[in-house]
Amino acid sequence: MKKIVSSVLAASMVLSLAACGSSASVSESTAASSETSTAATGESAASGSYTGTPIKIGGIGPITGGAAVYGNAVKNAQELAVKEINAANGSDVFEWQFEDDENDAEKSVNAYNNLKDWGMQVLAGPVTTTPSVAVASETVNDNLFMLTPSASSLSVILNDAGDESTARGNVFQICFTDPNQGVASADYIADNGLPTKIGVIYDASDAYSSGIYEKFKAEAEVKGLEIVTAEAFTADNKADLSTQVAKCQEAGAELVFLPIYYQEASQILIAADKIGYAPEFFGCDGMDGILAIEGFDTSLAEGLMLLTPFAADAEDEKTQAFVAAYKEAYGDTPNQFAADAYDVIYAIYQAVLAGGLNGDMDASEICEGLKTQFTSMTFDGLTGTGMTWDATGAISKSPKAVVIKDGAYAAM
Amino acid sequence: MNIKNMKRSTRSNLITFGIVIAFYLIVQILSAAGLLTNSFKGQLVPICAYVILAISLNLTVGILGELSLGHAGFMSVGAFSGTLVWVTMSPTTPQPLALLLAFVVGGVVAGIFGFLVGVPVLRLSGDYLAIVTLAFGEIVKNVMNACYLGLDANGLHFSLKDAGSLGMEADGKVLINGAMGITGISKASNFTIGTVLVILTLLVILNLVHSRAGRAITSIRDNEIAARSVGIPITKYKLMAFVTSAVFAGIAGVLYSLNYSSLVAKKFDYNTSILILVFVVLGGIGNLRGSVIAAAVLTVLPEMLRSMNDYRMLIYAIVLIVVMIFNQSPQMIELRSKLTARWRKGGKDETKKKGVA
Repeated sequence: MKKIVSSVLAASMVLSLAACGSSASVSESTAASSETSTAATGESAASGSYTGTPIKIGGIGPITGGAAVYGNAVKNAQELAVKEINAANGSDVFEWQFEDDENDAEKSVNAYNNLKDWGMQVLAGPVTTTPSVAVASETVNDNLFMLTPSASSLSVILNDAGDESTARGNVFQICFTDPNQGVASADYIADNGLPTKIGVIYDASDAYSSGIYEKFKAEAEVKGLEIVTAEAFTADNKADLSTQVAKCQEAGAELVFLPIYYQEASQILIAADKIGYAPEFFGCDGMDGILAIEGFDTSLAEGLMLLTPFAADAEDEKTQAFVAAYKEAYGDTPNQFAADAYDVIYAIYQAVLAGGLNGDMDASEICEGLKTQFTSMTFDGLTGTGMTWDATGAISKSPKAVVIKDGAYAAM
Repeated sequence: MNIKNMKRSTRSNLITFGIVIAFYLIVQILSAAGLLTNSFKGQLVPICAYVILAISLNLTVGILGELSLGHAGFMSVGAFSGTLVWVTMSPTTPQPLALLLAFVVGGVVAGIFGFLVGVPVLRLSGDYLAIVTLAFGEIVKNVMNACYLGLDANGLHFSLKDAGSLGMEADGKVLINGAMGITGISKASNFTIGTVLVILTLLVILNLVHSRAGRAITSIRDNEIAARSVGIPITKYKLMAFVTSAVFAGIAGVLYSLNYSSLVAKKFDYNTSILILVFVVLGGIGNLRGSVIAAAVLTVLPEMLRSMNDYRMLIYAIVLIVVMIFNQSPQMIELRSKLTARWRKGGKDETKKKGVA
């Protein structure tokens, strides 16, 4: 019996091995064909500013599971950016592959190892915070450059989140750090004469949300804002958030700070409307996307303020071109995750050109080259102009506050 | 001693150990020859952790015959306590000692929780254990998600609210930061430690199963009333099996968490408990060697299927169903015994023998 069991298992394994073996060879052959085609086009159209072997960029993010919406946005935008760059250059600048991590640290490290087997030289990911922390420490060992679009916790770039001297050095962020957002929100509220009696509703089971709340609270004390109540919910009990809203009302909060994602925020707005509670609402970059929720009455979001680096209906040419291209390719309005991811690829591209890097170098050489570029260059992207990075890998860009007016973002 | 004269159980145990050691040696040789992919190397420690979890859960589910749906809870408790020990001790204590302490503390703390959960529940018979362990796993996850722990010159600070309310001195260090868990863990687990722990787990559990206590435990599984009537202290033996199972889950938790630089409570949720149960069921309930193989294969399988993108979930599920049918369906068992009867003497009594590896 046992022999049979083991033989069955072995057989199923062989089967699966065979299956993935065949598919791997397919992808290899396509890769090979694309390589030959790039070689061909490279010869004929050497007009681009980049010549040489394409650099292999890997992306990691959740494209299945609960956080898939973020991972898919990043995946699509990265693909779009890589295609654009390659087309504009005439020959391939980047080869790009994206792996799923299901928002799980273990799977993310597996995905990272898989990409290493593929020959990845630069990592443009992961998307979410917890996997990023795990993967970041792996990249340090390999000295492989990592630029995350959206993992905003300090512990992604610092080994010890409380100590700036423990920076990993090879890990950079393109989004605001959580503390940065918390502090910027508190500053904005204090400096612009918004109500000072503040209620907070945040997701205690989410690293992003609790990270912002923590710093917001510290900065609020400094700025003389009064947090009258802080109500937490967790991923397991967010089906009904009316209790938290009612508590904010009871505590007399005149402004409710929502450092959470837009799905939960929309529930809060609905719950507040039901009990006739109309404070000012203030959110962070996770709020972007609230106007696109299906079946949500956007008039409820009227007057909602948010700090976001990106607004899909901004007037500038770059944003418009990106939104149009994204819509055409994927049939969706891009959110700020997509914009961050798009910037990631373009920032790497700029650094590669400036540093004279190419795909023949090994990952460690490229990493050193990119580190030098990133700490010295200024980058203009979709999510801000004049972005710079310090040696810890944290970005410096100015947060933009927008208010929702007539169902659209308006500058404040 | 001649192999043929050995007791059947001893021989079976030796085969199990042989599989583990052979796997270890093959991996070491391939690794030295540079033939292993990064992807596979990265999975060696998780494989060991899942193997330990599957063996220990099989003790509860297969040998004791009680359904436990909260194995990840014990893993979580062990992981957090062991990792705390490691994080606080490793800068000052010699590494091997700190590591040993981490494993011991992880195991002991998980064992204590196993005792606390087991005492009230194991007095009852029926599915109560399944429900209570399910709740236990969820409680652990939510408490750890809301748990803030800091260390400064004045000692430990604890809060269930937020890191700010710990009231720490400036030099203080936040050890557990709520939903962000423990970060900045220096990696300590490796495949050798994992293999040693797998062998240790097998030694303890196989010996327990084949001891007098083990026979008492299986007698409770097979017929609790009969066992009671011959004077076996039911609760004592149930607790013995359940606590042992929890201890090894805790050790596996430490092994797992020290393989990554961050540890979050969210990982140890209901899905992880079910995943371990799947290993046990597919490997054969009560079949410890089957658990080892199933855990290893089913951990590697999703990664092998990675190149099939979204279809991998579908294929993984199909593989599970096919293996299940092949293993358990009466027609298939009959067919298999027919097919193998020719070149297997005495194959009949082996297929008839249901039970303990």
